[in-house]
This record gives sequence, structure tokens and C-alpha cells, in this order.
Amino acid sequence: MTEAAEAIAVSDLHKRFGPLDVLKGVSLTARPGDVIAIIGGSGSGKSTLLRCINMLELPSAGRISVHGEEIRMKSDGKGGLVPADRRQVQRIRTQLGMVFQSFNLWQHMTILENVIEAPVHVLGRSRAEAVEMAEALLRRVGLHEKRDAYPAFLSGGQQQRAAIARALAIQPLVMLFDEPTSALDPELVGEVLSVIGDLAQEKRTMILVTHEMKFARNVANHIVFLHNGIIEEQGPPEAIFGAPKSERLKKFIRSIH
Amino acid sequence: MSNETTHALALAPEDLPGAESFFKPHRIVLIVLFGALVTAIALFMRWDWLPRYLPRLGTGILVSLAMLFSTSILGFLLAVPLGLAQVTGPWFLKAPARLFCTVVRGTPLLLQLWLLYYGLGSLFPQFPAIRQSFLWPYLREAWPYGVAALTISFAAYEGEVMRGAFAGVPKGELEAARAYGMGRWTLFRRIWLPRAVHRALPTLTGETVLQLKSTPLVATITVVDVYAVISKVRQETYLTYEPLLLLALIYMCLTGLLVLAFRYFENRIPTRGA
Repeated sequence: MTEAAEAIAVSDLHKRFGPLDVLKGVSLTARPGDVIAIIGGSGSGKSTLLRCINMLELPSAGRISVHGEEIRMKSDGKGGLVPADRRQVQRIRTQLGMVFQSFNLWQHMTILENVIEAPVHVLGRSRAEAVEMAEALLRRVGLHEKRDAYPAFLSGGQQQRAAIARALAIQPLVMLFDEPTSALDPELVGEVLSVIGDLAQEKRTMILVTHEMKFARNVANHIVFLHNGIIEEQGPPEAIFGAPKSERLKKFIRSIH
Repeated sequence: MSNETTHALALAPEDLPGAESFFKPHRIVLIVLFGALVTAIALFMRWDWLPRYLPRLGTGILVSLAMLFSTSILGFLLAVPLGLAQVTGPWFLKAPARLFCTVVRGTPLLLQLWLLYYGLGSLFPQFPAIRQSFLWPYLREAWPYGVAALTISFAAYEGEVMRGAFAGVPKGELEAARAYGMGRWTLFRRIWLPRAVHRALPTLTGETVLQLKSTPLVATITVVDVYAVISKVRQETYLTYEPLLLLALIYMCLTGLLVLAFRYFENRIPTRGA
């Protein structure tokens, strides 16, 4: 059963937006404990790839499995795919903790309410249990004293750390980060990266779309370079950043230094 | 919470001027003038009729409030699906919802009220089935037509407000809810609706105040609200200004209370002062 050992398995994923081919057959495997960083220029399809994994974006073709369970999809009759069973997708999503570029905290709830929302109303945990866990998570990301504040009163870095706590609260199998520091002022990037770095340290499975190359090199054990919707090159960080093979990757690495 | 917290529209104690800076000469003159006006109204106008009518006025105010609250609540319950249908509905829901809002908002409320009361109200008795139904005792009365007309009107205006409010909730917040496995109903109940209502609250305050001041129209179809009581006072006492001044005062007090109540709900969730 090698299948069940894989936290995420994506095979031959295609995504078309109208006439635009964003993903042209991408395969990716994350084993438990892997930290995969997806890098690439803008428009390379890296965010789309991440968003397909939890079906926020519906793939046009391909297969996705989470913890050995394949997401059942059927044709929508227009050359795309739709979930065959919405409940299965909802269940699988609770195993994937998504962190967004623009935080997307619920503005009408306090930080604590944001963190306990999914445990209470999706996973059906008791409120007391959820609050206890949320307080521990908020302490971990250094936001315990802000638990009763509303998101609008927090800095971007604090909001993103709260969003990470919210994603961790569903006790996901895999954490998905979609450019978690791209919307932050430069001086706030560090505090968010250090929280993500800590998560990588404890061998949590993570897939990370990022522009922070130094960070990717330090925390990831596998780098995927996406270009024009296909994986141009992948491998351990030393190989990708130290000895890039393809011309495009060389150019990309030169352009960011 | 930190001191950067600001409550929308709420004044902090330090924003209010102190006693010595408040009593400037021009303010003292205005206060004296206003006091003189109130005293003159109380002393030189006729108020001897007031005690006799107090019980009826009280009942009238209750009828007005009952009209306001029942139609606002029912209207809002209709407005939510009307707004939602216009934002996400399939065309066969979107089109009728849009048509309903356009037609109702495009015609005078008085006309709608009279069409219901004099139109439907005189049509119903012609059907024996309706006359024998359990609804007949109510359909013979005037107030159901008032409630229906005011509810429909409120629903149409609020349907538009809710359409904007639903559409204005950031997509990312809905996406976050889906990303953590929320189903459609939970997402609507926990995220989309409360977020939209919170956004719409300042507008809803204004619309509810307008609705309060639309309620006197039901007096034209024989419902005895506070306006109808005042009209009665005028007919019986041959007084003009006194009852109307009292009526203005009553509506102002009710409006003030409404605004305070809504402001309380608005400030439950602080928004960042720009």
C-alpha cells in the first residue's frame, strides 16, 4: 500500500480557463513530513495548482488523492470536472489547512471566534474543547492577548499568524500555503515566516507556494519549479538552487537575485 | 482591547466639550430661545384635551409600532431570499426577484396599499370558498392589507440593500469557509448572512426609520394607528397645531429610540474608523 503512505498525490492535472491552459499535466506527490515549495514566475500556475488540491479551483482533468483517498469527480459536460460527491470534498477539505495570500479572516468575528469556527461548526467539536485548543494555538503564534480583537485591528502579519492558527485548528493532515507573505509589508514578513518555519521543524506536511526563495531553500526538502503550467524541474533545494539544470530555472534564479 | 478601537459613530467621553467650553454665548441664547418656545407652547396653546385622549394615543402608538415591527421583520425575511436570488440565483429566480423589486420600488406605497385593500379586499368576498375559509375573519379586517402592503414595500427596498450587501462580502472570506469544509448552508448561516447584515446595518437603520414614517398611510384604510388618533382629535376638538405638534414629537421620540437600538447592534462589532 504505497498509495496510502502519500499525504497528497496529484497526477496529470490539467486546468483550462477558457482558451488559457494554466496547468498542462502536473504530477506531484507529498509524503508525510514533506515540505514542498512550489516556485515559479507569475502566471506559471503555481497558485492554481495549490487551489486545485482542495478543489477551490476545479481541475479540467487529472486525479487528486488525499491520504490515499481519491477525490471522485465527474464530467460537467463542458470539458471540465465537477465533484461527484460534494460531501466527500467537504470531508477531504477538513484534512487540508489552507492559508491564503490575503488572510481572509472573517471580519465579523474576533480572532478566537475565527479559530474555533471550523472546529465547532464543521467538525462538531464542543465549544469548550475548541476554545482550549484555539488558545493554545494562539499562544503558539504569539497572538493570545489579541484573541478578543477583531481582524481589522490587527497588522497584516498578525492577521496572517491568526489565519495560520485558524488553519491548524482543524488539525489538518497537510498545510497548504498560498503565497502567505506576498500581501505583507516587508518588515512583517519575518514573523510569519518564523511561524511557518516552526511548523516545518516539527515535520508537518506542507505545500507552500512562495516567492521567498531563501526561505524555501531553508525549510523545504523538495522544490518544484513550475513554468507555463508544467513542472520544469524539481528536486532537493541544494540541487535546484545550487545546480539548476534547465535554462529557464537558471534564468529564474538569476532574476530573483 | 487596544485604544485604536473605535466604535462607528459613537462619541467617546473626551470628544464631548466640557461644561465651561460648551456654554458659549450663542449656545446660551439658543437654549433660552428654545426654552421660551417650549414654555409658550405649553402655556399658550390648548392641551386640556390631552388627558382624555391619552389611552387612545397609547393604543395608537402600539398599533403603529406593531405595524412597524411586524412589517420590518416579515419584510426583512422576504428581503434575504430576494437579495440572495439576485446575487446567486439561476435566471428563473433572478428575473422574478429583480422584477418584483423594480415594480414595487417604482410605484407609490399609497397606490399599492389601496390596490390591495380596495382591489383584493373587494374581490375576495365574491368567492364563497374564501368567505367560508378560516381566513375570512381576518380578511374582513383592514390591518392584514396594511401589513401586506408595508411588508411588500419593505421587502423590495431591503431586497436591493441585501443584494448589494451579499455581493459586497469579500469572496476570499467565503472561499476560506469552503476551504475548511463548510457546507453551503453552514457557510450561509455562519459567514455570508451575518457578514452581509453587518455591512447593511447602517442602511437598514435608515430604511426602518423611513418605514416607521410610512406607517401613517394605513390610516387611509381605516387602521387606527397613532396618526388616525391624532386625526380624530383634530376633528373632535377643532384644533390644528397642538395635535400635529404632539404627533411630530411622538414620531421623533420613536425614531430616536429606533436609531439608538440599531446603533447598539452596529457597535457590537467595531469597524475600523477610517
